[in-house]
Amino acid sequence: MKAVQLFRRATLGAACASAFFSGAAVAEEINLYTTREPGLVQPLLQAYTARTGVKVNTVFMKDGLPERVASEGARSPADVLMAVDVNALVDMTEKGVTQPVKSAALEAAVPANLRDPAGNWFALSMRARTLYEVKGGPSSFTYEELAEPKYKGKVCLRSGQHPYNTALIAHLIARDGEAAAESWLRGVKANLARKAGGGDREVARDIMGGLCDFGLANSYYVGLMRSGAGGPEQQKWGEAIDVVLPTFKNGGTHVNVAGAAIAKHAPNKEQAVKLLEFLVSDEAQAIYAKANFEYPVKQGAAVDPIIGKIGTLKVDALPLVEIAKHRKAASLLVDKVGFDN
Amino acid sequence: MASTTEILGAAGHSAATAEDVAPARRHALLFTAGGAGLGWLLACALVAALVLLPVLSLAGHALQGSGELWPHLLAYVLPQALRDSLILLAGVGVLVVLVGSGTAWLVTAYDFPGRRVLGWALLMPLAVPTYIVAFAYLDLWHPVGALQTGLRELLGYSNPRDFRLPDIRSMWGCILLLGCVLYPYVYLPARALFQMQASGLIDASRTLGAGPFRCFFGVALPLARPAIAVGASLALMEALNDIGAAEFLGVRTFTVSIYSTWVNRSSLAGAAQIALVMLAVVLSLIALERWARRRQRYAAGARQAARLAPRRLSAGRGLLAAAVCALPVLLGFLVPAGYLLVEAAKRFSYAGLEQIILRETFNTVLISAIATLAATALAFLLAYTLRLARTPFANALVRCASLGYAVPGTVLAIGLLAPLAWFDAFIDSASTSLFGLSTGLLLSGSGAALAYAYVARFLAVGSGGIEAGFSKIPHSMDDAARSLGASAGRVARRVHLPLGWPAIAAAMLLIFVDCMKELPATLLLRPLNFETLATHLYGEAARGTYESGAIAALLIVLAGLLPIVLLARVGQGSATAPQAGAAAAVPSV
Repeated sequence: MKAVQLFRRATLGAACASAFFSGAAVAEEINLYTTREPGLVQPLLQAYTARTGVKVNTVFMKDGLPERVASEGARSPADVLMAVDVNALVDMTEKGVTQPVKSAALEAAVPANLRDPAGNWFALSMRARTLYEVKGGPSSFTYEELAEPKYKGKVCLRSGQHPYNTALIAHLIARDGEAAAESWLRGVKANLARKAGGGDREVARDIMGGLCDFGLANSYYVGLMRSGAGGPEQQKWGEAIDVVLPTFKNGGTHVNVAGAAIAKHAPNKEQAVKLLEFLVSDEAQAIYAKANFEYPVKQGAAVDPIIGKIGTLKVDALPLVEIAKHRKAASLLVDKVGFDN
Repeated sequence: MASTTEILGAAGHSAATAEDVAPARRHALLFTAGGAGLGWLLACALVAALVLLPVLSLAGHALQGSGELWPHLLAYVLPQALRDSLILLAGVGVLVVLVGSGTAWLVTAYDFPGRRVLGWALLMPLAVPTYIVAFAYLDLWHPVGALQTGLRELLGYSNPRDFRLPDIRSMWGCILLLGCVLYPYVYLPARALFQMQASGLIDASRTLGAGPFRCFFGVALPLARPAIAVGASLALMEALNDIGAAEFLGVRTFTVSIYSTWVNRSSLAGAAQIALVMLAVVLSLIALERWARRRQRYAAGARQAARLAPRRLSAGRGLLAAAVCALPVLLGFLVPAGYLLVEAAKRFSYAGLEQIILRETFNTVLISAIATLAATALAFLLAYTLRLARTPFANALVRCASLGYAVPGTVLAIGLLAPLAWFDAFIDSASTSLFGLSTGLLLSGSGAALAYAYVARFLAVGSGGIEAGFSKIPHSMDDAARSLGASAGRVARRVHLPLGWPAIAAAMLLIFVDCMKELPATLLLRPLNFETLATHLYGEAARGTYESGAIAALLIVLAGLLPIVLLARVGQGSATAPQAGAAAAVPSV
């Protein structure tokens, strides 16, 4: 009976483990599902717990967050869903795992172009898609310029399919239409110095390494690198580049957001809304700026000095929901152009 | 799947299964227990069902899609994905077979300085996950990294713009790096086979005057084909399902396309469709390889036990052989592990040891150990039932139970969500209607779900290895024990457990290492507040703070190393025991 016994034991073990690990939702605790990296979220949650005594349980995922919440259904313990990238926020809404929220505090703090009109999600912080360039490069730049033939062999970029890039491409589509976006993509593709890939910081490292002169990358990495938070190695990368806030021709800078939503079946909805309201408070917005080097969404909240030195951010006026409508078209375009090949 | 029946231990003579049964009898056996109690078969069917569930749920997702994405995929995505996947597989395949079987041959057939150490050191790259090796080399090889900076100083260049090596973020880089860490999948079974099965023929060909190359390419390599094929198919499935290294190095495989179809094109149905097509391609490739050697029989070696006597090499050649064997260890283990050690030390002096990492190490080891025990127990059940039944039906069950290894981890995890939810809904509504008590979510988002995912994914690694180990136990032993009145279960406990122990231990250790390295399913399915070393590392990498992840990465490698050292010891100790069994083996059926 050995095998059967072993099997029984295994089942029993699994059951015990299940009871051991699965944390049932208890009052005065909120459960947060997040695709935001734990290192960026924890300081905020610690501040919240310190202030209110409410414990926040987290699970950090990469993809599949809406799928997991949807499959958990009405029994899901999730209260707050947090995500990076506007496309992911809109995706959660369209998959029906969020619920609309009415909150004067949230509506006052988050500008209308940075939240869902129905209140399904709210941006909590912003990042600009900036230009990293070789020292002494031009001091102003448009996104459109990056496709000009004079930059052939001088551009480094992460995968075109990465959400940071698809959001930018979707923004271009929303502004100028698909044909213009396609020719822009083809132009940038022709300018690439290496295969599109890696992360944003590698643009800085590659510029330092002489592989290329220009690349697009998110603003907060400048703070993480230059402040030394990423270690002495990255500090050198950060110092080796100049950073410019590019704009669209006759427009502003492309920004993306990190945001949050209340789960459709949130067991502790009231507490969950309070957490969101805390996240747009002055205290939390300052943490976003200081610890994460992001732009606060709240008017008048200060940015970190390192980020402030890049220049004054002029956010493009197009609402994020308009941009997100073109996210699938943007991804298809990246395939069509063979950007990552 | 070939891997289900023969993996790792690769005794190779399991070929004599149902094919040898006369057609009329085969028909009769098709749906009967064929010597196994019905209970065994039912238990097997349950295991197979558990593995099939996520695949079926994936098929459900696929069916929901309209297929509207296919014209786009066919025009722009799949040709590239197919090309990149095939080049990657061909490159990695050639590399792992050459390095794996070549080094296995050297350490078995020849005696040279360092042979004993290299014999087990060649296994060490198993402890290094592909995403870690890719990241380490990316950093080391970069124009501003240690290697090229040193080279520039040596050559008198001051600026990387004047001199630099080709970028490692390319197909060749990906092939080399994956080859460096995946070759042990071939090395392990090939060495076992060379050690135990091929000695008679090798001695004969040596006596007949065949040179060393002819011995290897003409005799040893063809003889080891089943073992090599199985090892290579495991390595290739790892390569095909890899997403970490491919993402770092910019290679666009099928898995990457599945992933971006799901995430960027918001089409889970489309992603499931590609995943199933890929699964079908993988299964047909494996079937093709088996078909190609369907008329070959490898049973001869099982009946003799003479161990291949290693030949002493001259000093020069000995050093060369040592260098050839040391190179994969250097590239696949020492360089990445050394890199991590340096980075972790830097991090440690910079920020100290975070307390949380101890907790994460505990979590990692605990969940991996639970999954390993469960998977090994089930693998034992599968292998033993197959031995009892040896019918096409039992065979089919075991193959189904091994399907999980051919599916990328992310996809398997997505497929698991629905079955977990059904189970929870079923228990909850039953409990509510019977006792008026809601149980909420039992499996979803629990450690058990994670263990289930690991078991479903890595069962193949265990069942194949254990089965190969069993094939070295003569059937006459089963028959003798049974005729003396022992039940099938008692025979399993008193005969197969002790005699098959080396193979079982090896399977356990391999599963454990695989669980520790697993990332995508862990990320998606784990409970609240439950971090493992791999998810910690991923969290840091996603943020770009790789340095903070160095300590976690080093711990993954170290924890993976322990079982490998144990495995090496078991492997050395077992070299004689199963051989003795094999010596008495009677031809099967």
